Amino acid sequence: MNEQLQLDFDKIIKTLKISEKEIQLKKSFLNNFKKKGFPNRKQEDWKFLDISQIIKKNIGDLSFFNDYSLPNKINPSIFVDGLEHNKIIFINGRIEKIDFSYEDQSQIEINDEIGKNIKVDNENSLIDLNNAFTNKVYKILIKKNYSLKKPLIIYHSTNNKIKSKNINLSLNFELEENSCLRLIDYFSDNTNKNFVNILYNFNLKKYSILKNYKLDKFRNNNLKYSFNNIEQDDNSISETFILSAGSDYFKNEVNCNLNGQYSSAFINGVFSLKENQQHEIRSTINHLVENTKSYQLIKSVLGKNSKSAYQGRIFVDSKAQKTDGYQLSKAILLDETSEFNAKPELEIYADDVKCSHGSASGSLNENSIFYLMSRGLNYQQSKELLINGFLLDVVEKITDSEIRNLVKNIIGLKE
Amino acid sequence: MDTREKDIEKLKDYKYGFTTDIENIKAPKGLNKDVIKFISNIKKEPQWMLDFRLKAYERLKLLKEPNWQKPKYPKIDYQDLYYYSAPKSMKDKPKSLDELDPKLLETYKKLGIPLQEQARLNGIAVDAVFDSVSVATTFKGELTKHGIIFCSMSEAIQKHPELVKKYLGTVIPVTDHFFATLNSAVFTDGSFVYIPKGVKCPMELSTYFRINASQTGQFERTLIIADEGSYVSYLEGCTAPMRDENQLHAANVELIALDDAEIKYSTVQNWYPGDENGKGGIYNFVTKRGLCKGKNSKISWTQVETGSAITWKYPSCILKGDNSIGEFYSIAITNNHQKADTGTKMIHLGKNTKSKIISKGISAGFSDMTYRGLVDINSKAKNSSNYTQCDSLLMGNKCGAHTVPYIKNKNIDSNIAHEATTSKISEEQLHYCQQRGLNPEEAVGLIVNGFCKEVLQQLPMEFAVEAQKLVGISLEGSVG
Repeated sequence: MNEQLQLDFDKIIKTLKISEKEIQLKKSFLNNFKKKGFPNRKQEDWKFLDISQIIKKNIGDLSFFNDYSLPNKINPSIFVDGLEHNKIIFINGRIEKIDFSYEDQSQIEINDEIGKNIKVDNENSLIDLNNAFTNKVYKILIKKNYSLKKPLIIYHSTNNKIKSKNINLSLNFELEENSCLRLIDYFSDNTNKNFVNILYNFNLKKYSILKNYKLDKFRNNNLKYSFNNIEQDDNSISETFILSAGSDYFKNEVNCNLNGQYSSAFINGVFSLKENQQHEIRSTINHLVENTKSYQLIKSVLGKNSKSAYQGRIFVDSKAQKTDGYQLSKAILLDETSEFNAKPELEIYADDVKCSHGSASGSLNENSIFYLMSRGLNYQQSKELLINGFLLDVVEKITDSEIRNLVKNIIGLKE
Repeated sequence: MDTREKDIEKLKDYKYGFTTDIENIKAPKGLNKDVIKFISNIKKEPQWMLDFRLKAYERLKLLKEPNWQKPKYPKIDYQDLYYYSAPKSMKDKPKSLDELDPKLLETYKKLGIPLQEQARLNGIAVDAVFDSVSVATTFKGELTKHGIIFCSMSEAIQKHPELVKKYLGTVIPVTDHFFATLNSAVFTDGSFVYIPKGVKCPMELSTYFRINASQTGQFERTLIIADEGSYVSYLEGCTAPMRDENQLHAANVELIALDDAEIKYSTVQNWYPGDENGKGGIYNFVTKRGLCKGKNSKISWTQVETGSAITWKYPSCILKGDNSIGEFYSIAITNNHQKADTGTKMIHLGKNTKSKIISKGISAGFSDMTYRGLVDINSKAKNSSNYTQCDSLLMGNKCGAHTVPYIKNKNIDSNIAHEATTSKISEEQLHYCQQRGLNPEEAVGLIVNGFCKEVLQQLPMEFAVEAQKLVGISLEGSVG
């Protein structure tokens, strides 16, 4: 694999117009990745789902170079209907369009920052991979006191031009004081067997609000990894919702540093998996100062041969008194072959805190099914109704009503 | 200073911190084939036992010390330890208690286990392990009447080789992790219990472990077999003298419950925890594992962990038999610079298996407490269920409390529920108690005892009282 990496890396360097210093930086990331390789189950964070094995089994040999010189055709049928929105369109990892036509252009700044790599959590070799191979890093800055009028949808789309490729992309967001961004990551794939590696960094200043919804609904054979790093200042709020249902493999990682007082983080997730899908959410919330709050709710519905994992970690620093942390994960196993793994972790160094976590897994409640059937529903309908209710609970946590309805439509939930 | 304060002052010191001047026989320092042969030889072991040890030693050479645990410790030099130390007078084993070295008896009296008196009055059979060898087993006559075998491991190897051969290493094989394998190679003594078919053991069986000699590691091995339809309750207590150095204690405990049998294993662990600056103390790296081999069998672990500089152990249950039950009740208290990484593993293999985990962790001072547990429900373990509850209590903001549960569910018919909370003692509760005339320390003691009640209830009477006191003493000086 290392030869392929070097070969593809050299090709990319040729196409980029960057300084020698930046090339050296990229090289150091490449070397880090070469040293570590893809993460495997020997690493604690990858214990449940081993990405290096999954890549080997599902894809085989990956190549890392994508030709970004020619634009791809945008297929408007992928656009979300019934919701006015701003767009960023990625096709095969290439930015095809950035469109903020609903907004006051003077309040948003977009800069190409290829030289500045996003530095987070160096343990993770996928971030090194991303930093080595990304060809564009845009920084999107929302100015003070500005709230975007319409949500921003980032389309992650692939077409049949690529196969067995690794796609790396990264974006850097900064929300200045008292600003607000609603961001939807919308995945639609028309290809097979690629590995997409996404890295986002969010910098939330005082009183700013970030709402990020990741919607991976349509069944496809790609593997995906997404890492969100969120830095939060005083009184800021971040809300992350993950719908994890489409890809063969999807691991969502959210690392949230609550650096400012009265800041809060919410992470809600839904796994709805069928044959051979393996998905994971790993969250780390670092409560670093006093009076911060976090809340997490993750629910899984697991069909035949599917596997989901939830690793949640709440860290409370010794300075972070009056922390309120909560974590709950629930799973319904629908088949003999489905599997649920969880590792809800608390690491606490302060005494005046309220932290708790819970985890429950099992099959659908027979008594509830009996109740519904005795009222005239058939078995299948009763089952669906119960699952509907089980998942609706998480979707109701979405604070934005427009987007909540969109998500409900996408999943097909009824009220 | 009034008398009560004086009492507290006295209690604050580690009560069991004395040493006893007894001449010891030691194996040469270091870990090698010769030392293993020396141990085996001095204990007059048969060839198969030596082979078992050597096999473990060969395996050990390939293994590395694990390092994923939370409490880190300085590297242990395994060549700088004595692997065998025995009171000299034990060379010719005494036939009865009257022949024991009076100094040894004195030691046990200080520990609060007057063997002779216990033999007469208490009705608890005691096996005491001093450094590496088992020194006395009381109440033999009564037990023999029921066909129960309760003796030291060395004696069992001599007298009941067929049982030892059949079961030793079946739950913790020689190919297990580093410390377990180390124990398999150099274990010196321990207790052996066999309860025959259909016998309910009429009394509590009890072992006291004590490390006396310096630079000694203690490696005892306990094997308990409960044959079909039998029941036994077994207690274990541990102490060690105060020393500046860190001493290693790496024991193996294997429990085997056959059809319809039940084993209840209780531990009150109070090894020397080190002084308030974290100097000295015991490294308690113990492997405890129970196998519910037969149908309807049950194994229940109860532990009160107050001592040791580092406690690192996971008493586990392998629920192999259908309808078998595993239980784990634990109180772990860390104060000053103590560290603990403890919990349990419940591995469900059989149908209709049930397990329950109640863990209470209390940390004070500069200490660190981690609950780490695994619940693994296999795809064949239909209709199994698990309930886990782990609560932590923090006192002060210099200490830490962590919960790391691993949950694996591969079975559609099974249910797993896990709950965990972390909190501190509420001001209201303290205020309420103090209003009614308790001083802050008493109030904390009362609240903590309430917090631990679910676990303390599981202990046999005599132990429960001791444990309750221990909980109070361990937290002395952590409030205010």
